[in-house]
Amino acid sequence: MLVFAIRRLFQAIPILLGVSLVVFGLVHIVPGNPIDMLMPPEASPEVIAQMKAAFGFDKPLYVQYFLWLFRAIQGDFGLSVFNATPVIGQLMTALSNTFILAILGASLGFALGITLGLTAALFHGRWPDKFFSALATMGVSLPHYWCAIVLVLAFAVLNDFLPAQGMGDDSLPLYQRLEHLVLPVITLSLIPMGVIGRLVRATVLEILGQDFVGALRAKGLPSWPVIRHVCKNAAPPVLAIMGLQFGYLLGGSILVETVFNWPGSGNLLNLAIYRRDIPVLQATILVLASFFVMLNLLVDIAQAAIDPRIRR
Amino acid sequence: MSAALSRPIPAPVDPRDRGGPAQPMLLVEDLRKHFPVRGGMLNRQVATVQAVDDVSFSVRKGETLGIVGESGCGKSTTARLLMRLVAPDAGTVTFDGDMVGAPGGITVNDMRRQMQMVFQDSYSSLNPRMTVAESIAYAPRMHGLAAQQAYDRAETLLGQVGLNPRTYARRYPHELSGGQRQRVNIARALALEPRMVILDEAVAALDKSVEAQVLNLLGDLKARFNLTYLFISHDLNVVEYISDRVLVMYLGRVVETGPVESIYSRPRHPYTRALFASKPTLDPDRRTTEMPLTGDPPNPINPPSGCRFRTRCAFAQAICAEKVPPLEEPLYGEGIGDSPHLVACHLPEAQAAMGVHHA
Amino acid sequence: MSEATFDLPNHRVAAADQPAAPTQGYWKSVGQRLIRDPVTMVVTFVLLGILFITIGAPLVTSGDPYSGGILTRLKPIGTPGHWLGTDETGRDLWTRICYGGRMSLLAAIVPVSIALVIGGFLGVVAGFVGGRLGNLIMRVMDVFYAFPSILLAIAICGILGNGLRNAILALSIVFIPPLVRVSETVTAQARQLDFVEAARASGTTTMQIIRYHVLANVLGPILVYATSLISVSIIISAGLSFLGLGVTPPQPEWGLMLNSLRQAIYVQPYVAALPGLMIFLTSMCFNLMSDGFRSAMDVRLNK
Repeated sequence: MLVFAIRRLFQAIPILLGVSLVVFGLVHIVPGNPIDMLMPPEASPEVIAQMKAAFGFDKPLYVQYFLWLFRAIQGDFGLSVFNATPVIGQLMTALSNTFILAILGASLGFALGITLGLTAALFHGRWPDKFFSALATMGVSLPHYWCAIVLVLAFAVLNDFLPAQGMGDDSLPLYQRLEHLVLPVITLSLIPMGVIGRLVRATVLEILGQDFVGALRAKGLPSWPVIRHVCKNAAPPVLAIMGLQFGYLLGGSILVETVFNWPGSGNLLNLAIYRRDIPVLQATILVLASFFVMLNLLVDIAQAAIDPRIRR
Repeated sequence: MSAALSRPIPAPVDPRDRGGPAQPMLLVEDLRKHFPVRGGMLNRQVATVQAVDDVSFSVRKGETLGIVGESGCGKSTTARLLMRLVAPDAGTVTFDGDMVGAPGGITVNDMRRQMQMVFQDSYSSLNPRMTVAESIAYAPRMHGLAAQQAYDRAETLLGQVGLNPRTYARRYPHELSGGQRQRVNIARALALEPRMVILDEAVAALDKSVEAQVLNLLGDLKARFNLTYLFISHDLNVVEYISDRVLVMYLGRVVETGPVESIYSRPRHPYTRALFASKPTLDPDRRTTEMPLTGDPPNPINPPSGCRFRTRCAFAQAICAEKVPPLEEPLYGEGIGDSPHLVACHLPEAQAAMGVHHA
Repeated sequence: MSEATFDLPNHRVAAADQPAAPTQGYWKSVGQRLIRDPVTMVVTFVLLGILFITIGAPLVTSGDPYSGGILTRLKPIGTPGHWLGTDETGRDLWTRICYGGRMSLLAAIVPVSIALVIGGFLGVVAGFVGGRLGNLIMRVMDVFYAFPSILLAIAICGILGNGLRNAILALSIVFIPPLVRVSETVTAQARQLDFVEAARASGTTTMQIIRYHVLANVLGPILVYATSLISVSIIISAGLSFLGLGVTPPQPEWGLMLNSLRQAIYVQPYVAALPGLMIFLTSMCFNLMSDGFRSAMDVRLNK
């Protein structure tokens, strides 16, 4: 088990390196220099050169890469080109905000999804199955940014129940701050609910259809051990997808955060693109992708812990 | 024994024949295949499965050589090595005088046009998306025959294996029974007009009555097309019925070989005797009174040194652990039949012992 | 010595064994199953309808998607002459939706098609040939797989700039790794099957084996997956435009329209929600179609 974990860890390292290469390479594929884009056209060449040197853009590419990577590992992503504050500070704040959303959204989505999926599987063929399956399929097909707009419309515009924007600052009492959470969390939970719902339904149906479940039932065992068996067997693939979904929520929250003006990493990314703030852009993508890789790693290890067949 | 099956047939000469009847159709020398077992942190190789180890034998033109042994003895791996579906680690295969894969010899592809194989699982051997006739016609088409001609040949072959082409040519594998599918597999093997066919447990999955039909079919086809067979099976009765000579394998090595009458009436190797003793029989006078084999079947990953059967052999001595017994003439007594009876055992008393055997 | 006698008259199959029903090919039976499935048929009609109004937009609409006027801004649904209302610059919404569908569908289907060809090819090669080459391909794909899809698409578009071409490029890159992975898995499974080994034993070339034996068995699951990817692609591509990273104004496109109508939500909420409804509808249809394909292809062949 430990050997498996260490082996997967080793395998993750080249992937992380590859990710960093891609992130770095993406930015530098574009012809032209970020500084050139920010400087006003009248700026003199000396000033431009100075700025370049200050940000390290004048060195050869591979040197830039290694320097950047070296510092990144230590947590130093440099200064934002836009407002000259350390990137790492902005990023951490933004990440924690997104994290709140992602955890809550994922939890809600998983809970709903498991319920939907289990119900649909247990009532296979009858109307609850069709109804809940339809719900799950809708969850997967909904453009969540549109849902956000609709929810804002329903709860903030037409009826003034919940706030439409932002996170609320510290001066507000707790329940009002919580109010700000409701709509974004619901929006974020829709896709995980759909994905997990469909997956749970399919997995449980497949397990229930296996021959030895029929044998267990025929032996006269009450349903409870069968249910436990189903859970144990359904857990590995479902857990794996849950991990992936959580990662998607973290990394793909940009659309929802834009609608709700939530100051998270997605919003930061959006602003960085708009302002062409390369250090912030690189840092955000790198951290989000790395987090996704580590998450996958954890999921793999957890799967192997539950299902010994996976450990080769 | 059915006459059509027993004797090597003096046949009209095949234009591809290169050495006359005296030259063996297939000569296998020191064939070896070890499979690596990976594990540990860096997926290094930690052990090897010694699937086939220094296996040598020959197959005469027009005869049927039966290879018999339990699961895991390496017979299927040997078949795959012969067809080069798996690359051997060592050893040579010579087909009608030409070494396979060697410069100056015959290429693997050319060998495959003269030697074909029928697999055990009749269902998964056929592409579920292709009709039966398309499956048979596939190989000839790929080798250059025009589509219509290939299809005609497929229909002819279907008739020759006992399936009415008008009914069966356009059927899909899932619409046929096991016996019918295996006939299709045989037809497919014959589509390239091979001179030799390897049958890897080809009748093992069939019901007994269907098995009998297919065995008879194989005999007729052998006579009609002047074929040479390599028949692999774990079923001793079937091997006795169909073979001219028999090869007994244990844990990757050949332990005994000889004419079928000689092996079945007077087995020399303790393992062969034990194998025959474990044949169930309906004869109440021949009840099995003692366990034919003792000990645990050893691990192909760590086979015993020297003679691999020694951990289960009642006669084992020190020499059995030190030296691999060579395959040679028995230490006394003669074989029956016109080809040598060879046995791989150091000990005369082990070779001489009588076991319970079924005539 | 025993005289084993398996004496049977002959080995011709008795006439009684012959099956009665006429035989049919696999794809035909899939097609029949599809036609009989009501959900798939409904969805197919809806999709055809959407295709019709988008490709045949000039036929069903009378207006110009680019022209509008301040006076006709944000009219509600049911206004005479603009049955679905108008947008924030007075352009007729029905016309914009029809023409906008062209962009949205293009941005959804083209990347998946590109990824299907490239990814499918790479995956089949990796799955069939295996070995070093296969490993290399899969490792490279793993690196791209490490990015959440939306993030990667946004990163590529954000850096390369906006526009339909970049969006299609970004989405193609995003969809290639999952298609490679699915193709590789399915091909590696098919490769183990005995009939592929038998084909190898018959001395035919790798390309011939792939073409005649592997592809037919592998294409089904790959197509099912690709169809489900289209439904994702619509959402992501519209999302890109929503952020300003895809199609640029004043071109009509559903995601873009959704964004520009966001402020209109306070004035004409139902009009503002319409483009999103189209995205949802299309995505749902492709999803259900993919499900229908999967059920139709999931045959228990061993009767």
